[in-house]
Amino acid sequence: MMVAESLASNNKVLKIRNLSTHYFSRRGVLKAVDRVSMDLRKQEFIGIVGESGCGKSTLAFSIMRLIQPPGKIVEGEILFNGKDLLKLKDEEMRRVRGKEIGMVFQDPMTSLDPLEKIGDQIVETIQMHEDVDKKEALEKAMKLLESVGLPGDRVNYYPHQLSGGQRQRVMIALAIALNPTLLIADEPTTALDVIVQEKIMEILEKMKREGRSIILITHDFSLAAEKSDRILIMYAGWIVEMGDSMKLVAEPLHPYTKGLIESVPDIWLARKIKTMPGFPPDLINPPPGCKFHPRCPKAKEICKREEPPLIEVNGRLVKCWLYE
Amino acid sequence: MAEKPKANVEVKNLATRIFKPIIPEAEGRNMVIAGLIIVITILLMAVLADVIAPYNPTKFAGKPLSPPSLQNPMGTDNLGRDILSRVIFGSRIVLVVVFSAAMVSMSIGVPIGLISGYFGGKLDRAISMVMDSMYAFPSLILAIAIAAVLGPSVVNAVVAISVVYVPTYFRMVRGQTLSLKSRLFVEAARAAGAGNTRIMSKYIFPNLVTTAIVVFSLSIADAILTEAGLSFLGFIVTAPTPDWGFDLSSGRPYLPSGYWWMITFPGFMVMLLALGFALIGEGLSEVYAPGRER
Amino acid sequence: MASLKAYIATRALLVIPTVIILLTLVFFILRILPGDPIASMVGQKVPPEVLERLREEAGLNKPIYIQYFEYLFNIIHGNFGRSMIWGKRPVIAEIMDRFPATLELTIFGFILSVLIGVFTGSIAAFKRNSKLDASMRIYSIIAYSLFIPWFGMVLQMIFGVYLKILPIAGRITPGVEPERITTLYVLDSILTLNFQALSSSLIHLFLPSLTLGIVLSGAYTRLVRNNLIDILSQDFITAYRARGVKDRKIALHAMKNAFIPVITLMGLQFAILLAGAVLTETTFSWPGMGTFLLERIQYRDYNSVQGAIVFYALFVALISLIVDVIYALIDPRVRY
Repeated sequence: MMVAESLASNNKVLKIRNLSTHYFSRRGVLKAVDRVSMDLRKQEFIGIVGESGCGKSTLAFSIMRLIQPPGKIVEGEILFNGKDLLKLKDEEMRRVRGKEIGMVFQDPMTSLDPLEKIGDQIVETIQMHEDVDKKEALEKAMKLLESVGLPGDRVNYYPHQLSGGQRQRVMIALAIALNPTLLIADEPTTALDVIVQEKIMEILEKMKREGRSIILITHDFSLAAEKSDRILIMYAGWIVEMGDSMKLVAEPLHPYTKGLIESVPDIWLARKIKTMPGFPPDLINPPPGCKFHPRCPKAKEICKREEPPLIEVNGRLVKCWLYE
Repeated sequence: MAEKPKANVEVKNLATRIFKPIIPEAEGRNMVIAGLIIVITILLMAVLADVIAPYNPTKFAGKPLSPPSLQNPMGTDNLGRDILSRVIFGSRIVLVVVFSAAMVSMSIGVPIGLISGYFGGKLDRAISMVMDSMYAFPSLILAIAIAAVLGPSVVNAVVAISVVYVPTYFRMVRGQTLSLKSRLFVEAARAAGAGNTRIMSKYIFPNLVTTAIVVFSLSIADAILTEAGLSFLGFIVTAPTPDWGFDLSSGRPYLPSGYWWMITFPGFMVMLLALGFALIGEGLSEVYAPGRER
Repeated sequence: MASLKAYIATRALLVIPTVIILLTLVFFILRILPGDPIASMVGQKVPPEVLERLREEAGLNKPIYIQYFEYLFNIIHGNFGRSMIWGKRPVIAEIMDRFPATLELTIFGFILSVLIGVFTGSIAAFKRNSKLDASMRIYSIIAYSLFIPWFGMVLQMIFGVYLKILPIAGRITPGVEPERITTLYVLDSILTLNFQALSSSLIHLFLPSLTLGIVLSGAYTRLVRNNLIDILSQDFITAYRARGVKDRKIALHAMKNAFIPVITLMGLQFAILLAGAVLTETTFSWPGMGTFLLERIQYRDYNSVQGAIVFYALFVALISLIVDVIYALIDPRVRY
């Protein structure tokens, strides 16, 4: 048991410490990711859940260092297999992208270059990182397409000839083309219908079985609960709760997590769906203290004044004054 | 002494008071204001030509081909006429031709576009095809053909330029009408029993106006260049009438001998006037469509 | 690729109505518009018998619908009539003497305008909201407002009259013309390896094509900038970056995408280019179609005028067909 645990801690693929990403606008500074820390183990499937605008996509883009002005990573460390991504030179970071970390995007309809054949896009990606000739790269591209459940001859197709689900498979094939150890999927199924969604998730699970670590960014709590080992709940740039998926669903600690679970429709339990009152805060002028307190049913006096600490409760982390 | 700065402030306030409510605070606003200043200055110049021009533009005013001096700030031409005075008077014909032509092409292009876009069908397809073909034809060459048949005169120039710009207005209005007619407020009006004429005049036409202003300014800029081109080629006025394009062509034989002032000023005015309208059009399109530019 | 052929065939068929409409338009202008073309061209001083003879020669005394069908029939058979002056040569032969000069000028002007426009527009887009961007936008609007004869003369004044380094008139130094193959001097002198003719024709081409190129580049600058900004913000560009594709390669992909609307503009710009060429030719004494048209209007050569305008119409239709084909070659979404 001891051995297993120490192995686990050595097996950390990703270690994020105190990461902040801000957007600078005329109205002021928007803290999209606010001092976030998290870990990801080898072959772990983690789900990052939150409402739109909570900073989950910004977190994903920060890991890839794809934040564009007016956004900027202002502080923190992103240790990936031991090296700090934020300290890499641009060219070194380029070689990490695609090769060591793959990314799948939300909208497969707009994420592929409409003017290039599927095969050419895969070949270009492979040749960016590996010194192989075109023929070899094309053969690999066909195998990749087969591995995500598409016929190999789709290399000769243009994106507009494929359906949304097929294009998302292509996106996954592109993301795993160089066998990266980490795969980040940013809302990969939001734009797709339910049946296709299940197929895409199956591919992601297969990717995990093959040894990769997966970060799934989603607003769909039930999807994350079903597929991931661990869930991370984000609210207004903070991680408010983090822990084992099963435990988190069975016994949510943070009032926001509870609200999220209650708002998920459940066809088995004939329970009433509760919608959470209020709206996500304006992140340029967030509420003082705990950013969730205006919507929190259990808000205390201290919540309005002071930021809650991250507290460990039953092996889970929760950022809430209730557990102090 | 104390009066002067105050007057300046008042002029500035007046300018902001006039422009502010019309032009919303946006990216393209400075362009619009710069354009308006150019256009209004040239308009005033045309109106007040008799008062501000130092000489009669068609009479001898100094030694022929003398360079710019205090007596003739822009020099004199080969017949000893004052170029500044010719430049001032030369603004009249181009403005008259271009504005009258714009009025004519609008009053043809706008209603046809409205009807064609609103009713659609075979008629629309036929009209569009004709208009698109005309639009694809080089406008100056079309204008030259018309002017050549009708003979050189100011009125014929108006006819030629009007014909050329009908498709521009037609295409703009038709496109807008197509997108407007399926909008909710038009559907609602139809459901409430409004007739076609009423829908076109009360619901569609008013919504065309902003786009129409942008297209108007840009096509005026273009028409100025067409007018100057026709005039340069001798299809509008004959000597001694002052017109920028025509004066430029009269200066051309003197260019190899280095009499730069004969061509510099009239041609520059053509550019300036076209630039004024182009700035207004471009600026307004940014003001009204802030999503695309930024 | 079979679908590409089918697409081109459909497009080619669609050109036919456009051509007929354009020809009808030309017919309408030249024969139905109020005013007698012969009289207005010849002027008032000519005796009525001569006027009548000229009308007869131009076939203007027949009923209008017969004139119309004769006119269409003749054009379809490549018969543009004979010139009414001098040797009474076939109009088409006269046009073929002059058209290559215009083609050469417009091709060079076109290439320059696209190069300048794509260059300035890309700079503006990649350096968005910088001072450079602002100056490129000012450039685009000023270039658009330039009056071709004036700008041409300013260039003539600087490079021809003061610096004396470039010729201000003509197509080539008389006496060094290359052997006639295509009548495109640049091409002919390359084909016959005649470098004297090549350099002479290139230096004569420089100012006129630069004049056209700069004036027409403004529209491209603006379009390329706005499109490129739009493309650069799209998901697939971020996706390229997320796969570690090099910035330079991404820029090329972005420009390829931004180029698609530019092709559409090219079609429209070509008409403006031809109109601009009329003024450029006059300014630079360039012996092309534009000067031919103006000269024949002056000589009251009705058949040549009609022939020249009809030829312009056919050329415009051909260009629009070529543009459609290029469009299909670049954008796979069109051809499948």
